[in-house]
Amino acid sequence: MSSTPTTPQHPETGTARVKRGMAEQLKGGVIMDVVTPEEAKIAEDAGAVAVMALERVPADIRKDGGVARMSDPDMIDGIIDAVSIPVMAKSRIGHFVEAQVLQALGVDYIDESEVLTPADEVNHSDKWAFTTPFVCGATNLGEALRRIAEGAAMIRSKGEAGTGNVVEAVRHLRQIKGEIAKLRGCDNNELYAAAKELRAPFELVKEVAELGKLPVVLFSAGGVATPADAALMRQLGAEGVFVGSGIFKSGDPAKRAAAIVKATTFYDDPKVVADVSRNLGEAMVGINCDTLPEAERYANRGW
Amino acid sequence: MTTPTIGVLALQGDVREHLVALAAADALARPVRRPEELDDLDGLVIPGGESTTMSKLAVVFGMLEPLRDFVRSGRPVYGTCAGMIMVADKLLDARADQETLGGVDMIVRRNAFGRQNESFEAAVDMTGIPGGPVHGIFIRAPWVESTGAAAEVLARYDGHTVAVRQGNVLATSFHPELTGDHRVHAFFVDMVRTAA
Repeated sequence: MSSTPTTPQHPETGTARVKRGMAEQLKGGVIMDVVTPEEAKIAEDAGAVAVMALERVPADIRKDGGVARMSDPDMIDGIIDAVSIPVMAKSRIGHFVEAQVLQALGVDYIDESEVLTPADEVNHSDKWAFTTPFVCGATNLGEALRRIAEGAAMIRSKGEAGTGNVVEAVRHLRQIKGEIAKLRGCDNNELYAAAKELRAPFELVKEVAELGKLPVVLFSAGGVATPADAALMRQLGAEGVFVGSGIFKSGDPAKRAAAIVKATTFYDDPKVVADVSRNLGEAMVGINCDTLPEAERYANRGW
Repeated sequence: MTTPTIGVLALQGDVREHLVALAAADALARPVRRPEELDDLDGLVIPGGESTTMSKLAVVFGMLEPLRDFVRSGRPVYGTCAGMIMVADKLLDARADQETLGGVDMIVRRNAFGRQNESFEAAVDMTGIPGGPVHGIFIRAPWVESTGAAAEVLARYDGHTVAVRQGNVLATSFHPELTGDHRVHAFFVDMVRTAA
């Protein structure tokens, strides 16, 4: 290699580009909630792009009540060892020590998640302080941009996790996309007012107005239970899909998982979606979101 | 041929970024998911993504053999990261059932640079790319453990091979599509023009 200059040996880890770039690699894919190494293997076999390691799926968190926390490190280690795809795990909102632990365990992405019981009622974690990237939930554009300002490298809708009802995820995604579309037509004068209204940094608002999209990848989460649900979220503009309780609370998890993966890839081909939707066994039962008491709505957690 | 048509395999991964980079390098770029969509392409990019997933979807949707035929046809193919894994003849640290297309006589080690915490960016000198080092973004990146006689090493980082070319197949461990620097894509588009 004498004819070419030597390669600089100063690698930089944990940069915004490396964190956001990781999420770009997950696009078009399905990220599945799993609670055991066996489930993680089923998810990987079905074609998941990543798994979310947690102690209980949201449907069980709802049922059991109590404080929901970060998972046992042993369980997370077991899942990391079981699969070759990326492993994500959840920390409580504002619980930066849980996040430090997850980083130390070597998870590939941290979900600062409203599905767990918030640890701080005012502050989210400072996500710039970590090498491990974060994904955060949002119900609207302002919330998404506040999370990105705090260092989130990926955004997902909140939906209403553990209900098997996609209505809230649809609402959040339409809200975010609608607000982005509105910014597209704004001039600089209007963007200052928009930033104030969105309670988000001007620079980020301007960037969204120019790009016509978030500066990070946007996934859907919350309530996806069928292949058609997943395809719906993709057609509404989600770049990929998280599936929580919808898979392992159904009659035939392996088959349903594979079907949701296929429908996510061919989201715009109704023939494929029809084909993979046949004979999947029972879907999770589901909960009507409008009968959920206010205190049980996870989407209201975070701000 | 002035404007070659180049497909980007769109089963999963950072397809959009490759479409943008190819268009910036004066190619007509379009996503492909079905066998018949390969027919009138002059070249193909296999993007970054999750190689386990991409390989599974290729099998399930009947794309594996058509993609292998595409590589064999001699039309140029460029794989980044997961795409590099896809064009490797042999893999290490992969599931036993992970299928590849092959095309480059090399052994690629998956996630060789480590998990996401070890993902990094660094300058990389690449043979054939004028104008100084390229900005390499390595995300849970593979490296090339060894190459056969027909494969030419185009770049190394920290002693590991991270870019190779064999005939009309090009592969990089890193992601030029994430940088806004389109020189590697321009290099590939030139390969496509020359081959056509």
